[in-house]
Amino acid sequence: MITAKAHVYGDHIDTDRIIPGKYTKTLDLSTLAGHVMEDLDPDFHRNFTAGDIIVAGDNFGCGSSREQAPVALKAAGVSCIIARFYARIFFRNAINIGLPVLEIPDHDIARGDMLEVHLETGKVVNQTRQKTYQATRLPKVMLDIMQAGGLVPYLKKYNDYQLL
Amino acid sequence: MAGLTISEKILSQHAGHTVRAGELCIVPVDGCMATDTTAPLAIRAFGEMGGETLFDPARFHLIIDHAAPAPNERIANLHQLMRQFATAQGCSLYDVGSGICHQVMTDHRKVQPGQVFMGADSHTPTYGALNAFACGMGSTDIAAIMLTGKTWLKVPATIKVVVHGHLQPGVSAKDLVLEVVRQLTISGATYQAVEYHGETVAAFSLSQRMVLCNMVAEMGAKTGLVSPEGLELPYAFTPVYADADASYSRVITIDAAAINPKIAIPDSPDAVHDADAYAGIKITYAFIGTCTNGRLDDLQEAARVLRGKHIAPGVRMVIAPASRQVLIDALSDGTIQTLVEAGATIINSGCGPCVGSHEGVPGDGEVVISTANRNFRGRMGNPNASIYLGSPRTVALSARYGFISSETSTHQNDTIP
Repeated sequence: MITAKAHVYGDHIDTDRIIPGKYTKTLDLSTLAGHVMEDLDPDFHRNFTAGDIIVAGDNFGCGSSREQAPVALKAAGVSCIIARFYARIFFRNAINIGLPVLEIPDHDIARGDMLEVHLETGKVVNQTRQKTYQATRLPKVMLDIMQAGGLVPYLKKYNDYQLL
Repeated sequence: MAGLTISEKILSQHAGHTVRAGELCIVPVDGCMATDTTAPLAIRAFGEMGGETLFDPARFHLIIDHAAPAPNERIANLHQLMRQFATAQGCSLYDVGSGICHQVMTDHRKVQPGQVFMGADSHTPTYGALNAFACGMGSTDIAAIMLTGKTWLKVPATIKVVVHGHLQPGVSAKDLVLEVVRQLTISGATYQAVEYHGETVAAFSLSQRMVLCNMVAEMGAKTGLVSPEGLELPYAFTPVYADADASYSRVITIDAAAINPKIAIPDSPDAVHDADAYAGIKITYAFIGTCTNGRLDDLQEAARVLRGKHIAPGVRMVIAPASRQVLIDALSDGTIQTLVEAGATIINSGCGPCVGSHEGVPGDGEVVISTANRNFRGRMGNPNASIYLGSPRTVALSARYGFISSETSTHQNDTIP
């Protein structure tokens, strides 16, 4: 279970805003983390505490296939992301690198709300607003990858994809 | 039972049984590629998975295009990592100057009709022009394909776009696809395929078809495909058609003749308007290139507009041919000479300034007009610049006059071929 503060962003947050293309050509995670969200929210690092939660509206992570986007968020200490829905490549990338992502189509989470996230069940309790939300259920293969901590540990464990 | 879409057919052939929209399947991957933005992470993930040798080196391709030649030592070392990996594994490597991944894969016939092709680049659906099922993925998914030769997919539902009639003179495939992006919006095709039909697209060249499939990424789509009617390739192939009774999530019909030159205004590719509505906005930077519009026909269109003329004072124009083959063709027919005489700067084949890594970052407050597919804030490396997207013709006209211009705006006394 994750209990942490929500940092709320809007709709269609694209990967150029999450991590500009000029910083993506690196294998150094601290460089990526240092520039995360910088064009969208210059105060990100001042306000964000490791373990906090990113919350967004529609189509989070649209644009590029750059896996550096979820990698940068994870390296900056983001514990999980909640959005109404995601761009498909970002969604898959986040799960593949072991960053939990929950799709909650009807959330009304506001900036600063304290959230309690149950990754195993997809239940999210908004302690500030005394409300509960349920995340969309993932296909088994994605749940397994998420529970393994990403696609690398998943493939080391199973050697191959298992749909059923 | 309804018939199958092109995506359902190709995925069924690969899965070994019939699969329909919404079902999950595991499919062998006929080819896959990664670039200097995505390959280093993929190579690292491949190693972390315990990968020692590629599943099939003939099916894996590395392309150095996003920041090439390297603008600094950090990126130069990533390029070295890719070269060393290719040498050790025996896979192909397309080095600096080869061109943009999607054009290189097409020029070298690495993607063919009926195939499943995965690329670590979001504009991988471009190969739908070749009647292939192609998706963009991230580095770790690509690493898994490098290791196992397969991937898992959810079969997408399909939006059918039917285009009738003739485009007006001066109106291009780019204007058409911008209209489709406007209608579907930046998330309107999320998790879905976009399938193009109709006599307009049946008459399109491969290059024009690539424009249509390239920008499905800007609709959120998983893939885009053009029905193979009229597709001409320099080799024999077996086309994959949709069944007449295939089931679609949505059908959009477009009258080609009603489309005017379009532009996407800052900061989203779906903020599409008639270019005329923005005619007169001063620009200082015009860019022609990218996987959307950097091919020979695009450069030729710009040359037609600029032949014997010069770009406006205070404007710089950067042109990046999409591949070495495009550059050679544009050199041999005089297109490059015309563009250089008109004041354009030709840069090497590759992604150029599109992704903000090198070769032409705009300054603060600058207004750019570009043939690319994305104009998100900061896309070209400076969040204080604004980017408009248009066709090669609209960009060339704008460079010539120094402000956003299209066929019908501002220059009635000037003859444009």
